[in-house]
Amino acid sequence: MNKTDALIIGAGPTGLFTAHQLKLIGLDCEIVDNLDKIGGQCIELYPDKPIYDIPAVPECTGEELTNNLLNQLKPFNIKFHLSERVDELKKEGDNWIVKTNNDTTFSTPNVIIAGGVGSFEPRKFPVKECEKFENKSILYSIKDKTIFEGKTVTIFGGGDSALDWAVELSKTSKVNLVHRRDDFRGAQATVDKVQQLSKEGKINLFTKYQMISVKGNGQLESIEIKNDDKEIKNIKTDYALGFFGLIMQLGPIANWGLNIDKKTIEVDTEKFETNQKGIYAVGDICNYPGKLKLILSGFHEGALAARACFKLARPNEKYRFEFTTSSKTIKDRLGVKSD
Amino acid sequence: MAKITYITNENQNYTVEVQNGLSVMEGAVQNDIPGIDADCGGGMACATCHVYVNDKWFDKLPVKEDGEEDMLDMAFEPKKNSRLSCQIIVSDELDGLTVNIPSKQG
Repeated sequence: MNKTDALIIGAGPTGLFTAHQLKLIGLDCEIVDNLDKIGGQCIELYPDKPIYDIPAVPECTGEELTNNLLNQLKPFNIKFHLSERVDELKKEGDNWIVKTNNDTTFSTPNVIIAGGVGSFEPRKFPVKECEKFENKSILYSIKDKTIFEGKTVTIFGGGDSALDWAVELSKTSKVNLVHRRDDFRGAQATVDKVQQLSKEGKINLFTKYQMISVKGNGQLESIEIKNDDKEIKNIKTDYALGFFGLIMQLGPIANWGLNIDKKTIEVDTEKFETNQKGIYAVGDICNYPGKLKLILSGFHEGALAARACFKLARPNEKYRFEFTTSSKTIKDRLGVKSD
Repeated sequence: MAKITYITNENQNYTVEVQNGLSVMEGAVQNDIPGIDADCGGGMACATCHVYVNDKWFDKLPVKEDGEEDMLDMAFEPKKNSRLSCQIIVSDELDGLTVNIPSKQG
């Protein structure tokens, strides 16, 4: 059991800055995120796209913003739990007990949900029957590539993941690559490689095709794909891999008894607390009259939620407002010299 | 101002007046029309405001910018007449536009 003053759900910019605010006022915290990396939407959706409305930063990319926030956290020791999704939440005395899908448990008086629009999950095939084969012969990520050796693998998608795996698996498997149009959005060098392998007969390329059905008994046996001219092809395959990027799902948070409206959580604007005491929501996931879905709003919300956490984490102490420019205590926490 | 009709997968019709300058996505969200999620808020980064544009209208819309087709790769059941509704900006010329909302956004 991990005991902490505050548990932050979501390692996007809002979660990171909230951690900074907690540490400044002397509280400890840990951060859980379902992605395998830090940065949330900034790193997953637009790492290279410039952002122009971060106060005092005229221009920075999603990746730069994430790195700057991590730099700002350098003086502090913060434990990240990546590739873990929070699943269960229950009250035990004055504390919340939070459990992840990896069975990591936390005991904390404060849970701050900085979850953006939810946790990132792979987008799946539209064909309903695919569920029956999921995690067996229909996969959305690859953990062990050796299972494909000598088998037929049908890969769907037109981005880097689909193309990279098509190239890689073509060395040891029979690979079909299916994409909905002729253009690929992956790196040009990889696209060229795929075209070359296709000419050499090492990758069977099916463009302008999409999946319409899957067949098999326990194990996948074949799939049907259809093109724009309604021509249907039946392909025998042992595996189907879908690489359609990620989508955000609210996930188990939806069942925590919070007031949720259109995928956002209602909060007050004093503490950014939800209808449950000690559970806060900040950043894109929170909602209140006038809410703006900007990163700068998330910073403000996190700063206030952090102060609210103090009361529950240190019930016998009084929180005193201090500036980083003048407070010796804060400077000590930051490890910088006082004048 | 333009009248835009949104038809859901359950064949529910919603016709609303949307101000010029707003996107077709914003028109749906502001009028509580179900089925358009717009998770990223209009940044062409999520493909959850995917719509099918009525054939009559598809060619009349301003062409897709770079990146929209890439995002549509990730949409749920994309078709030839797929668009991201956050990229269709409303103007008087779009009065009468009809879009169909897919059964899911991802």
